[in-house]
Amino acid sequence: MKKYTYTEKKDTRSGFGAGLSELGKTNPNVVALCADLTGSLKMDAFEKEHPDRFFQIGIAEANMMGIAAGLTIGGKIPFTGTFANFSTGRVYDQIRQSIAYSHKNVKICASHAGLTLGEDGATHQILEDIGLMKMLPHMVVINPCDYNQTKAATIAIANYDGPVYLRFGRPTVPNFTPADQTFKIGKAVLLNEGTDVTIIATGHLVWKAIEAGEQLAAKGISAEIINIHTIKPLDNDAILKSIIKTKCVVTAEEHQMNGGLGDSVAQLLARHNPTPQEFVAVNDSFGESGTPDELMTKYGLDTVNIVNAVEAVLKRK
Amino acid sequence: MQDIIQLKNLCTQVRRDIVRMVHAASSGHPGGSLGCVEFFVALYKEVMHHNPSNFNMDGKNEDLFFLSNGHISPVFYSVLARSGYFPVKELKTFRKLNTRLQGHPTTHEGLPGIRIASGSLGQGMSVAIGAALAKKLNGDKSTIYSLHGDGELQEGQIWEAAMYAAANKVDNYIATVDYNGRQIDGDVDKVLSLGNLKAKFEAFGFTVLENNFGNDIEKVIASLNQAKTYLGKGKPIIILMKTEMGQGVDYMMGTHKWHGSSPNDEQLQKALAQLEETLGDY
Repeated sequence: MKKYTYTEKKDTRSGFGAGLSELGKTNPNVVALCADLTGSLKMDAFEKEHPDRFFQIGIAEANMMGIAAGLTIGGKIPFTGTFANFSTGRVYDQIRQSIAYSHKNVKICASHAGLTLGEDGATHQILEDIGLMKMLPHMVVINPCDYNQTKAATIAIANYDGPVYLRFGRPTVPNFTPADQTFKIGKAVLLNEGTDVTIIATGHLVWKAIEAGEQLAAKGISAEIINIHTIKPLDNDAILKSIIKTKCVVTAEEHQMNGGLGDSVAQLLARHNPTPQEFVAVNDSFGESGTPDELMTKYGLDTVNIVNAVEAVLKRK
Repeated sequence: MQDIIQLKNLCTQVRRDIVRMVHAASSGHPGGSLGCVEFFVALYKEVMHHNPSNFNMDGKNEDLFFLSNGHISPVFYSVLARSGYFPVKELKTFRKLNTRLQGHPTTHEGLPGIRIASGSLGQGMSVAIGAALAKKLNGDKSTIYSLHGDGELQEGQIWEAAMYAAANKVDNYIATVDYNGRQIDGDVDKVLSLGNLKAKFEAFGFTVLENNFGNDIEKVIASLNQAKTYLGKGKPIIILMKTEMGQGVDYMMGTHKWHGSSPNDEQLQKALAQLEETLGDY
């Protein structure tokens, strides 16, 4: 098992804020919109550095999506910022008609996704956003795993012409990917080569997949670990190539089982190479109040759950 | 200004296009389309500075129009075609398979003149504001126009947008309401009354103009030109434009029944008999 280390834990939302700030300096067409969550989204640096290109919309997310769509007419590249819940479910029709169907170059940037939002509870803990967004034709869906990758993704999507959903979160997690990485939309990152099982993880579950890989190695199980930061378009080739070798797969994500990464992988495998699969995901349930760690444990999204899922899927090979 | 007779002739021809299009498609929305003919002709032939022969999405240094109540696509398509955005004969493809003239307007099929999809109501004012903000960022002195149904104002997003436009002094923008008082289920006053619309928009911080003659081409041009005198004064502008749904076809007027119904063969002939072919049918 390849060894991964980190010097500090950082929140992915701060990676977004840093990426946006850098974009502000390098790309004059980038503009930012926020619905009264500037501090939470870490957009304050951009606001301070480029007040003329920052739009405080107030608590009116539907209006924010429409204004963002309009700003593209005239060549702007709008980045919208609010919580994932208010970035997707609340404004689904606005995104569908004014952004996705109209193919507007809007970057929908969503923080506090999933259970790790924590104590605010299920009203804010959206676990359906990946599914909602990936169903929209041609919408790109990205869920990076740490600070560095989120920063790199934020910068990369400005150079892609079309709507993007960028999902990140609130808690601090190990910042282990390289600071100088080049982010390629739709390109999986092979974290560890293995032969017995493929673990495909996204977002906050990527580090837990690495921890699981280490525990499995101690048990003599060789896990191939893939970081899927782009759920759509999915890197089909990377997944199919790995499955030919390992012949079983575990997917891991902070999202509902319905509509998430696991769904996308299962569809790919069903069409090209039917393969035993286990899912580490929330199983048809809302979340609740609690600390992020408590919630990830209670809802079965922890390292041990990945290990158990691997052991279960190995028996089905 | 073009000769008023010419503009009136165009209005009549556009009305023929509308009823022929919805008849050919056996679907579509003639009522609101007929009611807004003068507005579209005034806007595209007299008021806006635009470039039909060389359409591009960004429309820099051009005035831009956004149709928020996308269901009145027949009048939009007819006036776009007759302004030179695409061939007039393409109107016959309205709502047919593989057409660029979808039931509701869309950018998806690349139809020149369309800059946003609309149909799901209430979204166009936000988009128009975004485009107005982009104009300001680009130092582009052109104007943004939009049209909204009165029933559409029941959507909450309109009021989010209105609040924003006033609070942020979006003053390069002129909205118009097609104030025909009717919606699918009946009179707006009965379905969900808008109350005192003028007072509402004034309270939101708009400069509000009223035009009680939205089917009089000269008065529509005059009210749009009057609205332009308020540009750049720190407030968004809205025109409450009284129109008659179904204007020009006697049996379609005075009722909400033709909001989204198409005429049969006999009804078409009855309508066309009231609308002289002035500029040649498509």
